Amino acid sequence: MFDPFAAALHVMTSGDPEFIRIVLLSLQVTLSALLIAAVIGLPLGALIGIARFPGRSAVIIVLNTFMGLPPVVAGLLIYLMLSRSGPLGPLGLLFTPTAMIIVQTLLILPIVASLTRQVVEDLWADYEEQLRSLGSSRLRAVPTLLWDGRYSLVTALLAGFGRASAEVGAVMIVGGNIAGYTRVMTTAIALETGKGDLALALALGIILMGMTLMLNAGAFGIARLAQRVGG
Amino acid sequence: MRGPASILPLQLRNVGLAIRDRDLLRQIDVELSAGAPTMIMGPNGAGKSLFLRVCHGLIAPTSGSVEWSVPSTRAQAMVMQRPVLLRRSARANLVHALALAGTPRAARGARADEVLERFGLTDIAQRPARLLSGGEQQRLAIARAWALAPQVLFLDEPTSALDPGATRAVEDIIRAIAAEGVKIAMATHDIGQARRLGGEVLFFHSGRLLEKTPAPRFFEHPQTQEAAAYLRGDLLW
Repeated sequence: MFDPFAAALHVMTSGDPEFIRIVLLSLQVTLSALLIAAVIGLPLGALIGIARFPGRSAVIIVLNTFMGLPPVVAGLLIYLMLSRSGPLGPLGLLFTPTAMIIVQTLLILPIVASLTRQVVEDLWADYEEQLRSLGSSRLRAVPTLLWDGRYSLVTALLAGFGRASAEVGAVMIVGGNIAGYTRVMTTAIALETGKGDLALALALGIILMGMTLMLNAGAFGIARLAQRVGG
Repeated sequence: MRGPASILPLQLRNVGLAIRDRDLLRQIDVELSAGAPTMIMGPNGAGKSLFLRVCHGLIAPTSGSVEWSVPSTRAQAMVMQRPVLLRRSARANLVHALALAGTPRAARGARADEVLERFGLTDIAQRPARLLSGGEQQRLAIARAWALAPQVLFLDEPTSALDPGATRAVEDIIRAIAAEGVKIAMATHDIGQARRLGGEVLFFHSGRLLEKTPAPRFFEHPQTQEAAAYLRGDLLW
């Protein structure tokens, strides 16, 4: 019986360049997708949260549904778009890290936008009268509410990060799990398990969990501290 | 009076407000003119807050008209009963309000500092507004409204949640603002406060305006039975 923690420690301390590349690529893909999803999803979600327009309920339902979009379906859709005969085929993005960022953005944008929508809508219920009294339009209220909802919105971003970092099917389909190029931690775990190298798979799993844990703890701590200092 | 043209008087003609078939304000004809503070009194549910919101322009009446002599929305401001302060510093709350009011970016900081100074809030300028005491929050909310240089300031029970010391501080501020020529229209539950501050009283009951009487006369000789009962401390419904 092997010790997975010893194996994890060994992998981490070995300085294996392939291992380091896998970890860095995982972070790069996930954080890029999270950044893009935040830049689009925070204002979009806020706007849907406070705007009143026909079909708003339908938009919210669709958005909530897309939170549960199966990753393999998302992978398939992006694969079809990027494949040589697809509409974006000429860009030559299939089986590149860029394709993986695109598909992860597609997966977490609905999560970020939908959770933001809920946070901002609740906040707006409290703030609407005051902000209107001060002369704010709904559109102008978007940055105000995003900033005032910052502690809750950290959770929306963490949910997005969690989904992206844990995801394997979509990046496998559009990235191809090419060693040294598009292999990330989740696809490496799937591959090593398939090959029977359970020690390496477990070690990678432990590292992935550890990274997620540290990120969550860090975000939680920062939000808590900021709240205590900044109200 | 600040600014060249006064937006007063404010004329309400036959104003009614019905929400889901309930008449919350009925047939209100009143003129709000420059001068000593107007106290808006009446039991809970009489329509005081709604009256203020209709005057301020937050709620459109379902019948009748609300007309300022100079149509303008920015020359008047309101302090809510529970003002919403943003999750940022006291000073940043003022800067935000000034930004909404269209104050040029470069001028906001100086104006905010001036307002903080004017209200004795300089020491707490950098403190998070949400962590201030109730009295400080209310003073900041009044300062924020005052920063917009209103000619008319509506206040909805500004001291209802405050202890006597904080209430006194807020009343002093209101008196000082009134002395600058800003018209005060304020809902209050506190009869003593209305005596201390009021120049005239609008007495509401069940969505109707029953009296518009100079303050001393209202407290000595109310014209309606309802007002007399209210001043005696009877429950009215």
